[in-house]
Amino acid sequence: MSVTITVPRDAVALGLGANRVARALFAGAERRGLDVAIVRTGSRGLFWLEPMVEVATPEGRIAYGPVTLADVDGLLDAGLTQGGDHPLRLGDPEKIPYLARQQRLTFHRCGVVDPVSVADYRAHGGYRGLEAALTLDAEGIVAAVRDSGLRGRGGAGFPAGIKWNTVMLAKAEQKYVVCNADEGDSGTFADRMMMEGDPFNLIEGMTIAAIAVGATRGYIYCRSEYPQAFATLKEAIANGVQAGVLGGDVMGSGKAFHLEVRLGAGAYICGEETSLLESLEGRRGIVRAKPPIPALKGFLGKPTLVNNVMTFTATPWILEHGAKAYADYGMGRSLGTLPIQLAGNVKHGGLIELAFGITLREVIEGYGGGTRSGRPVRAVQVGGPLGAYFPDHLLDTPLDYEAMAAKKGLVGHGGIVVFDDTVDMARQARFAFEFCATESCGKCTPCRIGATRGVETMDKVIAGVRTEANLKVVEDLCEVMTDGSLCAMGGLTPMPVMSAITHFPEDFRRAGDMPVAAE
Amino acid sequence: MPRYEPWSAPRAAGIIAEHTHLEGATLPILHALQETFGYVDEGAVPLIADALNLSRAEIHGCITFYHDFRAHPAGRHEVKLCRAEACQAMGSDRLHAEILSRLGTGWHGTTSDGNATVEPVYCLGLCANGPAALVDGEPIAHLTADALDAALSEARA
Repeated sequence: MSVTITVPRDAVALGLGANRVARALFAGAERRGLDVAIVRTGSRGLFWLEPMVEVATPEGRIAYGPVTLADVDGLLDAGLTQGGDHPLRLGDPEKIPYLARQQRLTFHRCGVVDPVSVADYRAHGGYRGLEAALTLDAEGIVAAVRDSGLRGRGGAGFPAGIKWNTVMLAKAEQKYVVCNADEGDSGTFADRMMMEGDPFNLIEGMTIAAIAVGATRGYIYCRSEYPQAFATLKEAIANGVQAGVLGGDVMGSGKAFHLEVRLGAGAYICGEETSLLESLEGRRGIVRAKPPIPALKGFLGKPTLVNNVMTFTATPWILEHGAKAYADYGMGRSLGTLPIQLAGNVKHGGLIELAFGITLREVIEGYGGGTRSGRPVRAVQVGGPLGAYFPDHLLDTPLDYEAMAAKKGLVGHGGIVVFDDTVDMARQARFAFEFCATESCGKCTPCRIGATRGVETMDKVIAGVRTEANLKVVEDLCEVMTDGSLCAMGGLTPMPVMSAITHFPEDFRRAGDMPVAAE
Repeated sequence: MPRYEPWSAPRAAGIIAEHTHLEGATLPILHALQETFGYVDEGAVPLIADALNLSRAEIHGCITFYHDFRAHPAGRHEVKLCRAEACQAMGSDRLHAEILSRLGTGWHGTTSDGNATVEPVYCLGLCANGPAALVDGEPIAHLTADALDAALSEARA
């Protein structure tokens, strides 16, 4: 009987040579007369161990990592196919403390299953959420999502149940379910991992949503920076149609759900839901004024449920295990689990799914193991390019929507980017404006003009030209952008800027303060 | 073997016709054209506008709005370097200066031998393993200037 070896095809693993490792494993096994089957999975999200290869033994899976091309022959000689001993042997992957200490409700299959196999998905508990949903009426499904306390995981944290209820109650011949998979925040990769590693979890979540709100068509808007995720989704959807879990008669329920994946085109702003809808309709991704809200007038003017990948993928678990079981995780009004993404200058970066409420310090020190450069941590950006930079003394803040907001920060999509003491926070503040200037859709003035003026003014600050007066201008610009922008792009760009100025004032006064400039 | 086909209006019309049944077909069409020709030729604008019953201004607006679409031919290989914060934390700014100087070009520029075009991107989702890049859609983690050289020579071969 052949031995199953899994090698991730997650983009991180590919970027570290997983394809070469897979080919070498196959060829090496063949040379030794070993009968192996190589299955390509997603990643478990222990990224410093990628490529992490796992072997199915009678005692369960045994992991090895990080495996490079040069290690393959040695591993096979050491008896990898029987789980043999080797310096790279990690043992049972689920006992690795980084993974064992997590609460993986959403990511439990990621890195375990063949991502494009419906059969494998079902063998690992997939589609039990949809089966449960099909025993309920629409109100029942929406009530489960509402009672779970699930809030939109894209960043805004809007209660999912309220949104679902609005679309459900809207009267229209055609409604849509749209997944926002335009995960543009730096430091985030949970959506990517899910789409590459367990796309059927997303497909199941969207199907549950479609049945609840009465939509028969759905789109996944996937960013073009994720070519592997796009390809995996396409393959999974085709296999889903073949298996009858998508299409005209979902699992014999008599209900239709047609799902299609669409590719974005490199515009960060299309992660904003109204801009995304414009893009999906085939136009420039210009933000729409609200109201009307997309739940009532969304894609092609029809009622549309727009949720993030992580919101949809939380729902199969909720439907299977019940709203209360989900709401038992978390704190305050932030219930359930948050897939935290630990990134940047960190030794052990990866995906850490935990109940809301863990502090930033516990994540960074308890999981991250310090910086990759070995230098001290100086700043931490939480929640993407529109999130605040936190200094050491704020790291005891718990990851919770309200607690983060109280410290003038945000949870966002759950990304944490660690910087060591070589970071220049004035440069980071300048970059926040530069990014906004590059990615602004241009519809509203505070964002379009404010960002460009912000870059220019920060250049003066960095050069030491009338530093204090120009910092006042920056503060003023930030106030206008916060109060006057149409969407979060202009509205939240001040957050990284002002947090950098507030918490790291010394970085803004390095060049002194020249009264008149050699401008 | 050239990676892209030379621009051809009839070929473009064929590609457009394959997509007109889609809801909101503009982006899928533009992606398909760029995949075939390496850029979106100006001649495609009226063809798409006609097929979708949209104005030429709307199609032109789309091509110029989205960073991905190019109005002019580019190099044979596409290098996307991540400039976002997580990669910055791993020294991407310095690395990019080194890479651009080795390639002898700037952002959005093409090497003099026409081998590669370099584009900035903001996040590839490889944020725990930065700096990161995509070369013709293939990810590279823990990017170095040497690793990019190697990937480009491999692609050239």
